[in-house]
Amino acid sequence: MNRYPLWKNLLILGIVLLGIILALPNLFSQDPSIEIAAARKTEMTAASADEIRAALENAKVPFKRIDTLDNGKLLVRFTSSGDQLRGQEAIENTLSERYRSALTLSTDLPGWVQALGLQPMTLGLDLRGGVYVLIDVDMEAAVDQALDRYVEEIRTQLRDAKVRYTTVSRVQHQVVVKFADAQAREAGYKIIVKQFGDLKLENVDQGSDFLITLAMTPMQEKQLKDFALQQNVTTLRNRVNALGVAEPNIARQGDRRIVVQLPGAQDPGRLKEILGATATLEYRLVDTEHSVADAEAGKVPAASRLYRDRDGRPVLLKRRVIVTGDQITDAASGFDPQSGTPMVTVALDAPGGRRMFDMTTENVGKPMAVVFIENRTITKQVDGKPVKQTQKVEEVISVATIREPFGRRFQTTGLDSSEEAHNLALLLRAGALAAPIQIVEERTVGPSLGQDNIDQGLMSVTIGFLAVVVFMGVYYSWFGMVANVVLLLNLVLIVAVMGLLGATLTMPGIAGMVLTIGMAVDANVLIFERMREEIRNGNTPQACIAAGYDKALSAIIDGNVTTLIAAVVLFSFGTGPIKGFAVTLTVGLIASMFTAITCSRAMINSIWGGKRLKTLPV
Amino acid sequence: MREIKLPYIDYMAQRWKALYLSGALLLITFVSLAVQGLNFGLDFTGGTVIELGYQEPVETAAVSQALEGVGLTGVTVQYFGSNRDVLLRIPPSGETSNAALSQKVFDTLAAAVGGKVEMRRVEFVGPQVGEELTEQGGLAVLYSVFGILIYVALRFEWRFSVGAVAATVHDAIIVLGVFSVFQLDFDLNVLASVLTVVGYSLNDTIVIFDRVRENFRKVRKGTPLQIMNQSVNETMSRTIITALTVFLVVIALYLFGGETLRGFSLALLVGLVSGTWSTIYIASNVAILLGVSPANLAVPKKEGEGAGAQV
Repeated sequence: MNRYPLWKNLLILGIVLLGIILALPNLFSQDPSIEIAAARKTEMTAASADEIRAALENAKVPFKRIDTLDNGKLLVRFTSSGDQLRGQEAIENTLSERYRSALTLSTDLPGWVQALGLQPMTLGLDLRGGVYVLIDVDMEAAVDQALDRYVEEIRTQLRDAKVRYTTVSRVQHQVVVKFADAQAREAGYKIIVKQFGDLKLENVDQGSDFLITLAMTPMQEKQLKDFALQQNVTTLRNRVNALGVAEPNIARQGDRRIVVQLPGAQDPGRLKEILGATATLEYRLVDTEHSVADAEAGKVPAASRLYRDRDGRPVLLKRRVIVTGDQITDAASGFDPQSGTPMVTVALDAPGGRRMFDMTTENVGKPMAVVFIENRTITKQVDGKPVKQTQKVEEVISVATIREPFGRRFQTTGLDSSEEAHNLALLLRAGALAAPIQIVEERTVGPSLGQDNIDQGLMSVTIGFLAVVVFMGVYYSWFGMVANVVLLLNLVLIVAVMGLLGATLTMPGIAGMVLTIGMAVDANVLIFERMREEIRNGNTPQACIAAGYDKALSAIIDGNVTTLIAAVVLFSFGTGPIKGFAVTLTVGLIASMFTAITCSRAMINSIWGGKRLKTLPV
Repeated sequence: MREIKLPYIDYMAQRWKALYLSGALLLITFVSLAVQGLNFGLDFTGGTVIELGYQEPVETAAVSQALEGVGLTGVTVQYFGSNRDVLLRIPPSGETSNAALSQKVFDTLAAAVGGKVEMRRVEFVGPQVGEELTEQGGLAVLYSVFGILIYVALRFEWRFSVGAVAATVHDAIIVLGVFSVFQLDFDLNVLASVLTVVGYSLNDTIVIFDRVRENFRKVRKGTPLQIMNQSVNETMSRTIITALTVFLVVIALYLFGGETLRGFSLALLVGLVSGTWSTIYIASNVAILLGVSPANLAVPKKEGEGAGAQV
């Protein structure tokens, strides 16, 4: 008799049910949607939704509904990606000054599924549309920049300590300090070793020159590169986040690469904008010698420039910049203890601090201005057509009198809200890239192609599945139907596990799924063929079931393990889409061993296992 | 449906002819690879690919002309699935920004048809990344072959292992051959497909070897060649049916999966045919030629071994 013990049946049933529940969210439609967030100076209010609704209705774009998300953003759902695009156009044309919109896909889950905390599989960019960028970080430049900083600091320290040196310079991957005599070098060495003792220091005599060379240890170099990469990831993430792209994904890949994935982002030109966009500050002295009214009339002094503050009032500033944003090493937001208004505390690097100190010492009692610079994309109507333009917005956010000289640390006030102070601090902190970057790979998929890919993928999965189902049913009769049920189960489990792993479904991933369908039935074919052989040998039906499973097992396992090896290698070597294929194939192979062997046996055991059979329906 | 009765065929009698045929195919492949090589896609060469969807059918010549008009030469223009979908290939050009280039191309072409065109896809791969991918692709094939070689040697015997790997490499090369002879686009998806063929072909080979292993232990008389023949015959129905089911789904992929997966599914189709063939004539043949015999597997393991792995 073929029977599984009760606990085994229950365990299998449990796994199957769990799989079905986990796979459930994928059954619901994924709506092409637009996520709408408030731009600077705007708050999301109850009226926002009405405004957007009106804009869409005016443009005659049909939409499903507008939801309010937990983070205060609005989500407009559409039924097709065409409507979604026209919807975005409509919103950008009329409301781009106040709202930021981003394309996204959003599953329309009923409340009880949401309550379970289940999410559908993430769709890859090739299925939902978007931009994928691979960025190479110039590590050599990062090292050189660090050495340049050392050169600067060594110079300052030697000068401060009044040690005479000939030159300090960077020669390839070393800092070389030249002295005229051994005595000076000895004095210099004492200064340098205090601060740079962890570097490789060497005294070298070269002709009549006495040198100290400094080089990074391989360990330090690795740390520096790690830091540079991490810093760049943070910077890019902040830039992307600040621009409100829905669900961006920025991650390091390997030793020197960064992957940026922006679902819903559309034209490739915008990409550079997103990565290049940043906000920064400049500190300038106010021109008090000339009249603002004259400047407004067109007579701007050569050494000055006319700016406007946030209320549109003109301010005349000196052209010479005291300090720029890339000299800022740290920034934190907070509240000014005196006035209670939002402020940003800024820290400068050594040269910036010195310059700030010099300028403020010379100009005590005079006003200084803080200029806020931001790149903003605005859609404008040109000849009746919407045109996207990047605008460099420069605004004076505060003018304050210098009461006393200050250096590396100080506060900037004059910001609109604590949120803006927070954002500015964020951008300033991660404002500069630690190393130059270059885009080495870029893939943009339009939303219509993404939808086509989904449709074609679904179509081929369905047709492939049906073809196999019909064939198995006809050729193996009732046992073939069992194979079909477990095949469907296999698909369900793949989807469930992929969702659980947070894996991304890509077009090659769908191909992997289709392939798994074909290969998963192989296990059942092996088993059923074995049963037929046993029947021919004249064994009893029950013995045939047992022998079919037992004897086919080694072939199934050996076969699957070898394919698994290929899949795992694919995973470790592949990038992007190939990884997706490898994941589905791996998950599919493992799931198929469970379904094709264990689940099909459980079904066959419970239906036919306890009966006296004359023949087997195989 | 009753099972199809397959005649008992002395497959191994034809083994020399089969080897010659495979040899000839491999030779053609090598010549083709040496003479014209593979038509590497964007993933490997670097460059820019732009897919455009026109609202109305368009002539590729007109597209080329429009591009040459603004000084964009060396752009390959071809249809992609239909005469409204056009694929442009732009060879790598130094350090030029991709975003600017693709925008220029799109603007030029959009102007030529009054805006009735849609940018469906832009892919840019730097030359550096392309080189890395080529290297990694080669390594991936190599590593998986090694991994499999070791596993099969452990589970069976080294002669089987060599036979299995010979068959697998044969299939991978035949797929490359088809892509080289017909100069089909060889991209990352096709490479993945080649690796899948490796997996499939092995799966097929293992099933027959599994039977050979069993028969070597069970059947005490008969030459290794006879036992091999018997095993191939016993598993033939399974070989055909599995090939058929996989064939069904791959055909579905080829016909309905869209243009992006066409190369992928074609490679699978070729690999499927080659994999079935090589299982019988390459894998078994090589094992026989290496002198595999029941004595190699003399220590009989317990029946149903591996049952513990049942989940």
